[in-house]
Amino acid sequence: MSDPAIVVIGAGQAGGWAARTLRDEGFEGGIVVIGEEPYPPYERPPLSKEVLLGKEPADSSYLWPEGSFDELGIELRTGVGATAIDRAARTVALSDGGSIPYRKLLIATGGRVRRLPVEGAELDGVHYLRGIDDSEAIRGDLGEGAKLVVIGGGWIGLEVAAAARMLGAEVTVVEALDRLCGRALTPELAAWLLDVHRGRGVDVRLGATVEALTGEGRVSGARLSGGETLAATAVVIGIGIVPNVELAEAAGLEIDNGVRVDAHCRTSDPDIFAAGDVTNHPNDLLGRNIRLESWENAQNQGIAAARAMLGGETPYCEIPWFWSDQYDVNIQLVGLPNDFEETVTRGERADGSFVEFYMKGGRIDGAAAINNPRDIRFAKRLMQAQKTVDPAALADPSVKLQALLRG
Amino acid sequence: MSDIEFHAVAKTGDLDDGEAIQVIVGKKEIAIYNLEGAYYATDDICTHAYASLADGYVEGESIECPLHGGCFDIKTGKALTPPVTEDLKVYEVKIDGDDILVGVQG
Repeated sequence: MSDPAIVVIGAGQAGGWAARTLRDEGFEGGIVVIGEEPYPPYERPPLSKEVLLGKEPADSSYLWPEGSFDELGIELRTGVGATAIDRAARTVALSDGGSIPYRKLLIATGGRVRRLPVEGAELDGVHYLRGIDDSEAIRGDLGEGAKLVVIGGGWIGLEVAAAARMLGAEVTVVEALDRLCGRALTPELAAWLLDVHRGRGVDVRLGATVEALTGEGRVSGARLSGGETLAATAVVIGIGIVPNVELAEAAGLEIDNGVRVDAHCRTSDPDIFAAGDVTNHPNDLLGRNIRLESWENAQNQGIAAARAMLGGETPYCEIPWFWSDQYDVNIQLVGLPNDFEETVTRGERADGSFVEFYMKGGRIDGAAAINNPRDIRFAKRLMQAQKTVDPAALADPSVKLQALLRG
Repeated sequence: MSDIEFHAVAKTGDLDDGEAIQVIVGKKEIAIYNLEGAYYATDDICTHAYASLADGYVEGESIECPLHGGCFDIKTGKALTPPVTEDLKVYEVKIDGDDILVGVQG
């Protein structure tokens, strides 16, 4: 009888890259990937961008062409979920009644959308956006004459708002805080982004909450706490995700805002690893533990976990990086700056292409770039190298950041 | 059948060592690189998502995509790091005086 397989629970960005990496790194044993959705591993960013706009088909988001896992000898079991982990027996129970033994296990269960607990949230035409089916359903509701109410002025809400405007819909964004992307942008940058959306005709309501969604069978309105009802032919709710920790928690693994792992992606059970949105992991460059909901972390921690499962000893530690596309605006962020001392701006805001560097102790603690993807990658490298940099040089567009990195 | 035709696309002084620029040949977007005085050309658009590699970061002999960080070997076009898995097409480069010429199928 052959050895049990390495089992990956979750066929998303993290699980997909982990499985592929196991093969790329020369692992020849069995690999089983379990995914609840009916699709091969895919990346989610296009679902609120190109796919929602109809510029690209949904299958363009697949990490690799369909059938790639077959060719790599990876067993992909879609449409089935894991229901329990038995650590003593070293098996995973499945929603179809089956059970799979594992030699090592990777938990890459990601997150699920946070639900808005209001009356009417179950009406037709009320959407969340997480998977391919969601993106297609929203697009189906953005035809001629659509009036879209977006609840939540974070990345998902704003990307959906931008796509809907580009498709001709009337769009209102309702955000409970007094600014957009409250957790991720400085107040000044949030104000800049607010202008972008208002300039494109989005009605942005800050400091507003939706009290109920109204309609007969299908949503027709969103009632604000002030009493006003916004007319709606569709609603998209984007108020964050919740990590899918239940499986790990029930198995007795350590949980703390996610599945707690070390720098080698190991949980409190040495044969069980975790990667992606679901993990709470240490980051020595930032000096704290973090849980990230990001494309890059899902990919790279998935890869790191695969290597660690095969005995690799390189810790996973990267400067976090995020991006968003809204209209013709590309926003990129590095780091998780929270108590920086100074903001240095490179380029002119009025030109629509600039970088803000957030400085702490002579180093870059984080940066945000608008339509300047090149500089942000240098910023990330300067941070990764923990270089001390001269703010005056950063602010001077005639100084190449490449030179600062070499200097 | 079509033969390779060489097109003058830039001057050698247009890009310093370790830099890349985008040029257009016909309808093709091509990136030209200067690696220590030697010039190379690849398709400019990343094989993962729509991004100009010429806006990316040259490190050693690889180019890192400015959008999602995938790296390619500049000399061979080979996809090196995730998320890219599909190689870039590479083009022959000739230098004539201070003209950079790129060979593209006519």
